[in-house]
Amino acid sequence: MEQQSEISYWDLIKRGIFSENTIFKLAISLCPAIAVTSSLKTGFLMGVAVLFVQAMVNTSISAMRQFIHPRIRMPIFMLVISGWVTVTDMSMAAFAPAAYKQMGLYVQLIVAFASILVGIEMFASKQKIVASFIDGVGRGLGFLVALVIISFFRELLGKGSLWGYHVVNAKPFLILVLPAGGFFAVGLLMGFFNWMGTWRAKRKTLATSHPSQPGRLVT
Amino acid sequence: MTTDSTKLFELIIAASLTNNFVFTRYLGLCIFFGVSKKMETALGMGITFTAVMMISAALSWVVYNLVMLPLDITFLKIIVFIGIIAAFVQASDTIMRKMSPGLYYKLGIYLALISTNCIILAVPLINADEQYSFLESLAFGFGSGIGFALALIIMASIREKIEVADVPAPFKGMPMAFIVTSMIALAFMGLSGLITI
Repeated sequence: MEQQSEISYWDLIKRGIFSENTIFKLAISLCPAIAVTSSLKTGFLMGVAVLFVQAMVNTSISAMRQFIHPRIRMPIFMLVISGWVTVTDMSMAAFAPAAYKQMGLYVQLIVAFASILVGIEMFASKQKIVASFIDGVGRGLGFLVALVIISFFRELLGKGSLWGYHVVNAKPFLILVLPAGGFFAVGLLMGFFNWMGTWRAKRKTLATSHPSQPGRLVT
Repeated sequence: MTTDSTKLFELIIAASLTNNFVFTRYLGLCIFFGVSKKMETALGMGITFTAVMMISAALSWVVYNLVMLPLDITFLKIIVFIGIIAAFVQASDTIMRKMSPGLYYKLGIYLALISTNCIILAVPLINADEQYSFLESLAFGFGSGIGFALALIIMASIREKIEVADVPAPFKGMPMAFIVTSMIALAFMGLSGLITI
């Protein structure tokens, strides 16, 4: 019954960050991607929280996978997830109270993340513990990277600062830290990554059809 | 009594317009982008969400204030609220299938999507944080549901137009939906001075 994972651990991490990136590729669990990314610090902390929950949930589900009857798996998944979310929620309230004030609700709502359920359903409930842990870390890292990219641009352009430190001496675009700007920034970034994807695919096909000029873009 | 009912009315307006879940609190985005492609589904989803939000707000208020506060187990609220919502959704799914198959046929598929959705879970969590009374919780649930339905309907009517518009290739689909949402959110910012709670 055991399904052996064919891909290496490194590929699992790469898959979580690039080809199955939660925000930019799968477009699920978008709420915190906009809600907490108005500054780099909250974006980063949220990413770390999700990374932790994802890795721990994946590991614990994988450890219990032989005892979970498939018909009642959903309630059990939810119980495990909400347990780990409560752990994260309480530790964040204790260790980072200032940031927690801004993002408390969204930390609690990690429990309703589609990306975590996807990770369990597709991977952790079938695979060995170490592979599941790595998969969780990969998906969590993908989420973290996406949040850091979004919040980097939003804080730099919207407030002229990074991690709370002032860096740019010009009038910032206030709109980017407001709710509307969050949607706008994510939309633009998604469009950019789509464009990059098609551009790279085009380059690859060109490189295979013209082996003499690898990588040159001729239209 | 009048102050009470004004407060309730204010809560409904605030939850649906000035603090709209989608545009200022950024909740329920998966559903918002997922089902806002057609007007009909948006309408069905809006109705189902409003009903489920009100009822889950009431149920979780009862459990939170009458069971969890006296026993001092509020740290379990995430698990308990999820349990309440999942159980209620499952129950209404079964009841609706038996009582009115016509309605089930129309709204049943949305019910299945609801149980683990952040916007539904957010209502009891916010109610508990703000320590609303029973009626206030109901009003908040109702207002949030109406606001979400409104957002879905606006978005669906715009997206039906975008389908035939000439959008640059990398922006087709999701990215364009995000940019449109940002424009609607800008418009909703104009309502922000209406009521402050």
